[in-house]
Amino acid sequence: MAYSTFKYGATAFAVVASLTLVGCSDDDDQTPAPEPESFDYVVTVTNLTANQPFSPVAVVAHQADTPLWTAGMPASVALETLAESGDGSGLATETGVAALVSGSGIIAPGMSETINLSLTAAQVSNLSVVTMLVNTNDAFTGLGNYDISALAAGSMVKMRTITYDAGTENNSEAKGTIPGPADGGEGFNAARDDVNRVHSHPGVISADDGLSDSVLGASHRFDNPTMSVTIARSE
Amino acid sequence: MKLKTLASALIVSGIMSQTVAAAELEISVQNLTHGNQFTPILIAAHDGDSHLFQAGEMATPALQKMAEGGDIADLAAAVTGAGGVTSENPAGGLLFPGAHVDSIMLDTLTMTHLSVTAMLLPTNDAFVGLDAWEIPTEAGTYTLNLNAYDAGTEANDEIINGGGAAGTPGIPAAPGMDGGANGTGVMDGSSNDKVHIHPGVLGDTDPNGGASDLDSRIHRWLNPVARITVVVK
Repeated sequence: MAYSTFKYGATAFAVVASLTLVGCSDDDDQTPAPEPESFDYVVTVTNLTANQPFSPVAVVAHQADTPLWTAGMPASVALETLAESGDGSGLATETGVAALVSGSGIIAPGMSETINLSLTAAQVSNLSVVTMLVNTNDAFTGLGNYDISALAAGSMVKMRTITYDAGTENNSEAKGTIPGPADGGEGFNAARDDVNRVHSHPGVISADDGLSDSVLGASHRFDNPTMSVTIARSE
Repeated sequence: MKLKTLASALIVSGIMSQTVAAAELEISVQNLTHGNQFTPILIAAHDGDSHLFQAGEMATPALQKMAEGGDIADLAAAVTGAGGVTSENPAGGLLFPGAHVDSIMLDTLTMTHLSVTAMLLPTNDAFVGLDAWEIPTEAGTYTLNLNAYDAGTEANDEIINGGGAAGTPGIPAAPGMDGGANGTGVMDGSSNDKVHIHPGVLGDTDPNGGASDLDSRIHRWLNPVARITVVVK
C-alpha cells in the first residue's frame, strides 16, 4: 500500500516536470516548483461558561468517515484522555487524522482564542474542535465532524456547541477526581466506571444543589451551549 | 372567462404538485440522555398548518396523554385524520439511553412538515419534541438535535406512583429500575401551563426519602436529549 502510494506520487511528479519543461524556453533549471495549493483557516473559540475553564483546544482535521466520537458509542482512549485530563495530544494519532493544532493554553470562562490551521488540498475534509470542561469528571464540548470542504475562501461559519459526557468516569464530583482548579485532583484514569458511551452531558449537580460530597459549587454548573466556534477560511 | 379560470387553476395545481412532490425519508432517532427512557415514538408528516405541539401554546388533550403517560394513539389518529402520515412506535417500545432506532422509512406523500414526540421517563410530563420542521426538498442527510419540553399539564412533583393517565399526578415508572420511593414531593412553583422548554428535573441522592423519587446523579439532563437524522431520498 505504501509502495503503490509512493509510486503514484513519483509518476505525478514526473508529469508535472515534463509539462514544466514544455512550457519553458532556455534556462529551464530556474523554474520554481509550483506552489502547493494552501487552505488556510482561522478557528476562533469562546468559552461561554460561568466557571468552567477549557483545556487547550484541539483543532483536528480528519476524514469524514472517522469522527473523533459518536454519540451512543464508547469513547476512544484518546478522547477519554482529553475528557478526563484535558490532554488532547493523543487525538493526533487517531485513524484518519490529517492534522492537529493545539491551542496555547487554558481558556478561562469568557475568554477566546484564535487558532490558525493550514491544510493541503488532500487534508481538507472534516474538522473537529474539542476541549475539556476542566472542573468536571469527564465533560467535553466540541464541534464534531464538521464538513469544511464546501467552505469557500473568504467565507465563515459560526456555531455553538453542546456538552458531552465521555461516559468513561463516574460523575462523582468527589474530592480528588477533578483535575481543574475547583479540585486539583486526578486526570486520566484508565478505569471506566460509568455508562461507557458518549452522550449529552446531564450537567453537574454541585454541593449547593444537594450532592453533599461534591467539590463543585453553583458556579460550576453549566447549560448548553458551552462554546462558540467560528471557522473562517482566509485562503 | 370561465375556461381561462379553469386553465389557470390547472396551472396552479400543476405547480403545487411539483413543490409538494412526495419525499421518501429514512429517519433515525437516538436517545442522547444519561438515564432517561423514551416511550413509544411518534413521527408524523403533516401539512404546514398542523402541529403536534407548539411552545407557548396549551397542550391538546392528545398531547397531554402522550406527555403524561406515553400514549401516542390520539396524537397519531389526529395526524392521519387530517391526511398526514405517521410512523408509530418504530423502536418497538422504550428507547433506552444511548440507544437508537434506524432505517425508519416514511413516505411523506404530499405532506411538507415533520414532527416527532415521545415522553421522557421517569418524569411527570416531559417529552422530546420536534415541531413542524419543514422537510427539505433537496436530497441529503439532515441532522437535528431535539430538546425536552414540559407539557405544562402536570406539576413536576417527581413522585413515582404509577400515575400515567392524563390528569393523574405522579410519574408512571422508572424503567431503569433506578427510581426511589417515599419522596415527599417537589414543590413545583411554575405557573406556566403552556408547552415550554423543560426546566429539568431536580432529584436527590436519597432513594428512600427526600423530596424526589428521582436520582439527581442519574435522571437529570441538559438539552439536547435526542438527535434525529433524516435522509431525504
